[in-house]
Amino acid sequence: MSLNIVVLAKQVPDTRNVGKDAMTPEGTVNRAALPAIFNPEDLNALEQALRLKEQNPGSTVSILTMGPPRATEVIREGLYRGADCGYLLTDRAFAGADTLATSYALSMAIKKIGKVDIVIGGRQAIDGDTAQVGPQVAQKLDLNQVTYVEEVLSCADGKITVRRHIDGGIETVEAPLPIVLTVNGSADPCRPRNAKLVMKYKRAMAPMEMPENLPYADEYKRKPYLTVTQWGAADVDADLNQCGLAGSPTKVKAVQNIVFKAKESKRLGSSDSEVEGLVQELLASHTIG
Amino acid sequence: MNNVFVYCEIEGTTVEEVSLELLTKGRKLATELGVELEAVCIGSGITGKVEPQVIPYGVDKLHIFDDARLFPYTSKPHTSIMVNLFKQEKPQICLMGATVIGRDLGPRVSSSCTSGLTADCTSLEIGSYDDKKAGKHYDNLLFQIRPAFGGNIVATIVNPDHRPQMATVRSGVMKAEVLDPNYKGQVVVHNVDDFVPSTDYVVKVIERHVEKAKNNLKGAPIIVAGGYGVGSKENFDLLRKLAEELHGEVGASRAAVDAGFCEHDLQIGQTGVTVRPKVYIACGISGAIQHVAGMKESGIVISINTDPAAPINDIADYVITGAVEDVVPKLIKYYKQNSK
Repeated sequence: MSLNIVVLAKQVPDTRNVGKDAMTPEGTVNRAALPAIFNPEDLNALEQALRLKEQNPGSTVSILTMGPPRATEVIREGLYRGADCGYLLTDRAFAGADTLATSYALSMAIKKIGKVDIVIGGRQAIDGDTAQVGPQVAQKLDLNQVTYVEEVLSCADGKITVRRHIDGGIETVEAPLPIVLTVNGSADPCRPRNAKLVMKYKRAMAPMEMPENLPYADEYKRKPYLTVTQWGAADVDADLNQCGLAGSPTKVKAVQNIVFKAKESKRLGSSDSEVEGLVQELLASHTIG
Repeated sequence: MNNVFVYCEIEGTTVEEVSLELLTKGRKLATELGVELEAVCIGSGITGKVEPQVIPYGVDKLHIFDDARLFPYTSKPHTSIMVNLFKQEKPQICLMGATVIGRDLGPRVSSSCTSGLTADCTSLEIGSYDDKKAGKHYDNLLFQIRPAFGGNIVATIVNPDHRPQMATVRSGVMKAEVLDPNYKGQVVVHNVDDFVPSTDYVVKVIERHVEKAKNNLKGAPIIVAGGYGVGSKENFDLLRKLAEELHGEVGASRAAVDAGFCEHDLQIGQTGVTVRPKVYIACGISGAIQHVAGMKESGIVISINTDPAAPINDIADYVITGAVEDVVPKLIKYYKQNSK
């Protein structure tokens, strides 16, 4: 059976390899020092989606992302790897959204996309590590959910079977479609870009990304797939009170740069005598041994 | 009304340690706010089994939902119970473990209640908050404190206008302490069908395999932990040797796990295990706050790092400036020589 699959993807700052310049002296985040990347676990989710598409001919994989116009980068990245189309959800009204307001906007976009069989995304994004958006989208759409997915084992006759991680073990779960799945980083990695698809989609852009005097304007008329669908709050009939800062029940009261409470530490080098001295000191104080 | 609720996670008929830790914290919050502590236990065949496990932590009211279909956990039935119970009871605070279950259930419940949820809090406090824009003052809010942005900052989150204020906390972050073994709490066994529509039971767990944790990081008195600076899988084996000599356990930072030096279940920190050993030997760990959040309660910290300015050195009792592959073999050698 053909499936309509929506992959939730987020463009995130790469917080994994943070250098010393990641924070400004004022204690704010220096975004310029952190490259924007495809959220790693969303790539694991994309791989599962692409496999489902291969196993179910006629299926469609769409990438849905919310963010500023440059977030279209993750849609292009998805198209290079085999996704069929993308939706960029972008609007100033979405700014400052916490997970609840984000999941509301995403759920409205999914409703607009129409009859969806599987919504699949990474378990969590590396800039927030909350793992909340997947289940919240599921609740807003009144769909079942399976989180912490390692692998989709089968999908047939309106039912999906997945292997998922649980605390201290694994579980195999069977659930009816439609469903929301969130995928772990330990699931199989995403396939690389396909050179032909890179050629096909490298000029794919959302309207807001297009410069005024668009070069190759004719090409965009001839090849409608190069124009990424772009929706604002009004396009998905979103209630502005539930979007962005206004729709976010959580407020940030304070943000602190981390200052460790400095201890009086004993400093030594790595010479034999110094290491031996330390070992003897620790043994004498019964710290070790 | 307005009480503090804790969702208790249950494996079979045993309440998980993380829930007991949260009950302890919940008791303190409830006492500070002058309200009661209520616990929710959902499972199969748990009536008569969970009461003595839970009430001694100072639980004033225990809600039990007992039905064969409620274990193993699936999202929708547990969500329906929590949401419908909250409609009746209107709690001001709800705490859950930042476990696979808590992180599956929490967001779903918060979305349904349109209330705020803060994941993986490392500290919970009561305090007041001024919303300067709206010119409003709030007393007795739950401060939900957590590292954010890859652990480079710590954010204090509040939910001024929505109830319950929901937070998840990882296992080991709070400490479980029995309040009174003879504490008197009320037990209410609810009729599950009043809370869960039968259409909720559509996700089937067809196979389930749970084993006890392979390592004993949480209870280990000595931990030798490796970071990205360890450099390779082979060098990581040196840490295992040192740990073995010291009768300790090995742990790792996220960077070491991501680099493939060791398996994921060794990860210490905000997205891993929280530990409080007597001795913590940090090898090639720079000390991102996410990692420090998981080990800062350690007794004595020894840092081995080529970078004398590594942030972890600031919280270390002993700093050895040198390479892991150089220093660790020396530690092993001189420990063998000097200990009997």
